[in-house]
Amino acid sequence: MLQYLFRFVVGGVIVSAFAAVGGIVKPKSFAGLFGAAPSVALATLGLTIHASGKQFAAAEGRSMIAGALAFCLFAYLARFLLARGRFGAATVSIAGLGIWLVAAIGAWLLVLK
Amino acid sequence: MRVYFDASMFRRTTWGEYASRFLFGGAITLVTGILAKRYGPVFGGLFLAFPAIFPSSLTLIEKHERQKKQRAGISRTIRGRQAAALDARGAAIGSIGLGCFGLVVWRLLPIWRPALVLLVASLIWFAVSFLIWRARKFHLAR
Repeated sequence: MLQYLFRFVVGGVIVSAFAAVGGIVKPKSFAGLFGAAPSVALATLGLTIHASGKQFAAAEGRSMIAGALAFCLFAYLARFLLARGRFGAATVSIAGLGIWLVAAIGAWLLVLK
Repeated sequence: MRVYFDASMFRRTTWGEYASRFLFGGAITLVTGILAKRYGPVFGGLFLAFPAIFPSSLTLIEKHERQKKQRAGISRTIRGRQAAALDARGAAIGSIGLGCFGLVVWRLLPIWRPALVLLVASLIWFAVSFLIWRARKFHLAR
């Protein structure tokens, strides 16, 4: 239980820190780089290496590449839809998370599994 | 285009917005760990690239830009969405760097010290993202 709490706090702190950096740097397109910062990976990998070993964490790194490609698809679609002004950020974000999930699990089923 | 710091975001962001980022970040890190334990590293690893910051950044940028325009007396505007689109362009570039982070972890973690791998992978993420962003700006400026 304590391990889960520790993981939760570490994740919250690292994600918040990267989000804060992204909030204070300008211009906006540069700040956007921090929206795709490896925050979850940095919060998770150290704990994973400690608990399950380097090989386990390295295998996660391979799958992370597929997750990043799905992220790229989400971000490009978001840019395209928001620039046209027809959809709001909340709608695009919710739809985009769905697209990320479908693309990432699709890559897992077709390539990684 | 010059990169600079603007701390005014700290004044505009509410405690509720900070708390939601912390809770969301903590929750997704916890879920990633549980999924990797339950279904193995190949499935769990996908979630290391989960967009934990990006969706909330989009909605906050849109909200803050809209409020700025409303204070200036402009009630209907798409400026907030256009500002969020700029952020999304940066995130698309950053996600390429994120893939490179995964590649470094995958190839180097079995043979190097873990702390060094995480440091190198982070530097590679930033260097790749920054160079693509800079090259794009240079290309647009010509």
